[in-house]
Amino acid sequence: MARKDRMSGNEAVAYAIKQINPDVMPAFPITPSTEIPQMVSNYIANGQMDTEFIPVESEHSSMSATIGAEAAGARSLTATSSAGLALMWEELLLAASNRMPCALALVNRTLSGPININCDHSDGMGARDTGWIQIYAESNQEVYDNFIQAYPIAEDPRVHLPIMICQDGFITSHAVMNIELLEDGEVKDFVGEYEPEEFLLNPGKPIAVGPYSVSNYAMEARKNQEEALERSKEVILEVAKKYEALSGRKYGLFEEYRTEDADYIMVIIGSAAGTAKQAVDDLREQGKKVGVIKLRVFRPFPADELAEALKNCKAVAIMDRTESYNGNGGPLGSEITAGLFRNKVMIEAVNYIYGLAGRDFTVTDVYDIFAELQDAIENGTKVEQFKYIGLRK
Amino acid sequence: MSSYNLKEVMSKPERLAPGHRMCAGCGATIGVRAVLRALHEGDHAVIGNATGCLEVSTYMYPYTAWEDSYIHNAFENAGATLSGVETAYRALKKRGKLPEDVNFKFITFGGDGGTYDIGFQSLSGAMERGHDMVYVCYDNGAYMNTGIQRSSATPMYADTTTTPVGSKSNGKMQNRKDLASIIADHDVPYVAQTTFTNDFKDLHMKAEKAIYTEGACFLNIMTPCPRGWRYETADIMKICKLAVDTCYWPMFEVDHGKWRLTYEPKKKLPIEDFLREQGRFKHLFKPENEDLLVQFQAEVDRRWEDLQYKCAREH
Repeated sequence: MARKDRMSGNEAVAYAIKQINPDVMPAFPITPSTEIPQMVSNYIANGQMDTEFIPVESEHSSMSATIGAEAAGARSLTATSSAGLALMWEELLLAASNRMPCALALVNRTLSGPININCDHSDGMGARDTGWIQIYAESNQEVYDNFIQAYPIAEDPRVHLPIMICQDGFITSHAVMNIELLEDGEVKDFVGEYEPEEFLLNPGKPIAVGPYSVSNYAMEARKNQEEALERSKEVILEVAKKYEALSGRKYGLFEEYRTEDADYIMVIIGSAAGTAKQAVDDLREQGKKVGVIKLRVFRPFPADELAEALKNCKAVAIMDRTESYNGNGGPLGSEITAGLFRNKVMIEAVNYIYGLAGRDFTVTDVYDIFAELQDAIENGTKVEQFKYIGLRK
Repeated sequence: MSSYNLKEVMSKPERLAPGHRMCAGCGATIGVRAVLRALHEGDHAVIGNATGCLEVSTYMYPYTAWEDSYIHNAFENAGATLSGVETAYRALKKRGKLPEDVNFKFITFGGDGGTYDIGFQSLSGAMERGHDMVYVCYDNGAYMNTGIQRSSATPMYADTTTTPVGSKSNGKMQNRKDLASIIADHDVPYVAQTTFTNDFKDLHMKAEKAIYTEGACFLNIMTPCPRGWRYETADIMKICKLAVDTCYWPMFEVDHGKWRLTYEPKKKLPIEDFLREQGRFKHLFKPENEDLLVQFQAEVDRRWEDLQYKCAREH
């Protein structure tokens, strides 16, 4: 049965990879994800797993080789961060459009420049429209659990799309936490064998992958892909249910924390949700009706579900750990407000940019944000709809 | 390696079916078919392909001309993509997920743009890691698919659309990159340079050796492009013959470090004989450009001597 251990987020992902023992892993080192291929290499060097590891010469090649291996019929994955994901960008699109159910362990780090190795979500968010499923984690436990669920989601015939399992660089990737691990056999049974319907190495049944597609066909391919991404929502929930039965840990598209009667809600992604929850507990003790929604699944985006979850509050703080350079807000800010509008939920919505390039995000920041929302509602104070928090004075 | 009989070889089933949309007289498809004829019957293959003329004209959804499994990924990553396929083969074999008696070979094709230039890093990585595959460059000396732009394989003074000849330009200013030597310096088991000869024996033997030598192997095949080079389409074999007889395109192999010329012209022809047939070098034959021809000849001679030295050194 389940056993307890202490692990960093990178260790937890590497351990999940060892338990899954996929067929092929190409990877290239980049901080802070480097430890994952290092640990996998060590497991292989010591006979604890027998995945074929390809030490490629760039991240572009790691995703290219992942696609090649996956198309050949092998369960494949890679890991990266920041500039590595940016270099893969073209290939991320091809993995999705070629309907390759491969996995990517993303350890979120800011994109240059200036060059900086610390956490924000600019890498993952930069790749948000590449056709990948994106699942984010608050803790080491969650990134482990999400990784075990990755292939059952991606490989489901209704989906057949690549999946990105994201965690916050250093904050969870390098910090050690108590964690509950499944037994190897449980993981093996849960993930199952990869049985692709069609693959390059199927003797006597050759296939061709990656066509030139004229305008008569290309648009339908995009639509099919889009529908698969939409369908993945139900598969993500089904897999989460099965995982709950196995592990006792419950997952959904997002987690609602003390939101039942909340007047003010903060929507946030990743490790900073822990900070927000602590602040909510503190404020609840003072009688403030506040809550947190932690978004787990960013792609497919649960716009309607979020609108439903927010419809009874007075104001929402939408937290983006990335700058979008559109002069209008972060990705979460744009997409949630669009979802609210489409669902005719007309609440006050303020989009905050926080924690860029590893800037600390504290409970005090959360107190300030909730105070600002309350001031806007109770006193009619006008609040900028898109603002930074935590800047040096 | 088996003995060579042109008639026998030509009667093998085609693995690149007719009906594709490459130009009439295109050197690339002649090269591809010749390479694929070297596959032993009964052996399966996965063919990789960098973006280029060959890819967009042979696999246009919903039709494919390829009889074997085929993967096109992008322009710059044919080496890495086939690395993944080949590694998957080893992984699945090891785990008993493929029948033991099934034999797959891995061959990837890229034009000179996708090989010498944008795909160079990916190719170098795949060669250095030693994947059991053959990378075949079909070298027509420019980006033909996008409309004849210069590449690092384009010879000096060629008139291309990004090195146009004009009142202040004599075409491309740089010599071509010697990719076969660069890949040989990766210390891979087999590298060869070839083109089309009347009996296709040189190409066939090299392709067979490359496919059936374990490890990463590289073939550089000069595949003339009538559009880009501006010669009479029917003259392709003549062009190839002049390329080897002027020593512009020497045919050689590097087998486990041993350099060997596979063809030595009885009489080395002047480079003008090769250049004169091609519109892209027309400006070199203006009286005022005589010195350019002298320089071109000097570079051919320098490379030919260097190659002879490498080959002699080994004996």
